[in-house]
Amino acid sequence: MKRIFLIAVLVAPPALADPTPQDVQKLMQRDFHARGQAGMDRVVQDGLQRLCTESRDNPPAGAAKAIEADQMKTIVFPEGSLMGNWKRGESIAQNGRGLQWTDKPGDAAGGSCYNCHQLSPREASFGTLGPSLRQFGKLRGNGQEIQRYVYGKIYNAKAYNLCSQMPRLGYSGTLTEEQIKDLVALLLDPDSPVNQ
Amino acid sequence: MKKFLGFCVVVGGAFCASLLAQDAKKEIQRYRQMVAEGSPVELFEIEGQTLWNKPQGPKNVSLEQCDLGLGPGVVKGAYARLPRYFKDADRVMDLETRLLHCMMTLQGRTREEATRRVFGNADRPSEMESLSAYIAAQSRGVRMSPGTTHPKEKQAYELGRALYFHRAGTWDFSCASCHGEEGKRIRMQDLPVLYKPEHARPVVSTWPAYRVSTSQFITLQWRMNNCYQQMRMPEPDFGSDTTVALILFLTATGKGEPYRGPGNKR
Repeated sequence: MKRIFLIAVLVAPPALADPTPQDVQKLMQRDFHARGQAGMDRVVQDGLQRLCTESRDNPPAGAAKAIEADQMKTIVFPEGSLMGNWKRGESIAQNGRGLQWTDKPGDAAGGSCYNCHQLSPREASFGTLGPSLRQFGKLRGNGQEIQRYVYGKIYNAKAYNLCSQMPRLGYSGTLTEEQIKDLVALLLDPDSPVNQ
Repeated sequence: MKKFLGFCVVVGGAFCASLLAQDAKKEIQRYRQMVAEGSPVELFEIEGQTLWNKPQGPKNVSLEQCDLGLGPGVVKGAYARLPRYFKDADRVMDLETRLLHCMMTLQGRTREEATRRVFGNADRPSEMESLSAYIAAQSRGVRMSPGTTHPKEKQAYELGRALYFHRAGTWDFSCASCHGEEGKRIRMQDLPVLYKPEHARPVVSTWPAYRVSTSQFITLQWRMNNCYQQMRMPEPDFGSDTTVALILFLTATGKGEPYRGPGNKR
């Protein structure tokens, strides 16, 4: 098999080499400029982004497990109950602003949740990039373990699924501890419209 | 309609549901047609033509001798052949990048001055937007066939594809994070999977376009810029190799359909 591969390499015509993620990053560093709060540091890939780019979001299982474990260590779980206020959670879920070059630095960001997920039945305009979260708590209860899972998943989705398309909302500094707790309540509080 | 609903209550069942769905579909079609008929695209085209013919810049000349790829001054069918490699600039250019090139070389304007306001708003469209409307309209009915054979065109295409799947930024997004799976939406907005020809074709054959919800004429350079903004990335330079590579990748993927723009978007 190895020999066949070697022959194939020798015989194949010299093709244009596909640009590597390193090549692409170099070009972006040349072709992009900082604007507002969106600095050029954002163009620099971290190890996870690099691996997911190289593998088209299908990383080798071993490497994925190791980096997921590293990502898990980034999650800072607050003491005590992780359930905040679902009403505040709903407005955070609705808000799709924050961290763009057009957003005012320092203004509280939203979670952009409805961009990708169905949540409250009262909101008909929801995206479908992520799974529906209708009745999330009704189906799973709201015990300590599920609170911890939801908090962790919102804080750093990549700790649970390395190349997930969901942003690392706590790790990236998008949402505060309080905001994430409010989103936990939106998903798990029995009074939340999500669970009606 | 009320009578029909009454009839439905009496008869009930799937038959009525399907009739109602057809009714809704017809309503949407009717709305689309109304939008198209009342579209101000033509006004942008006329303004673009005025600007094309208007002497400007330190050299006080018009853009009428600008070579968009088919020879100086040839506008008919030129948009359908873009992006493409230009020998005089030794790089691949899309329409807007080429227009900027002509403003700088023919009219003697600086890049800084010519790009100060490339994206306009509802009250005042930009010069680039009106010019794009005029030039694109001159390719109506012409099959989209961007440059794909010159080594630099091939290189740009490969770069565009690599960019499409390149994950970076505060939210770890690539283009494929949103435009990667069929049948998905952000809120109510359907998301085309732009590396698939059947999804790219209707996009390529209708951009640039008038956007009803914001009353703005929007171009592909604007589209790239606005996507990167929403991806929480820094801003791509107007007309950079990066934006042109993405536009070539998109256009080459969706080539082959006759151009029927400038279109109308939601």
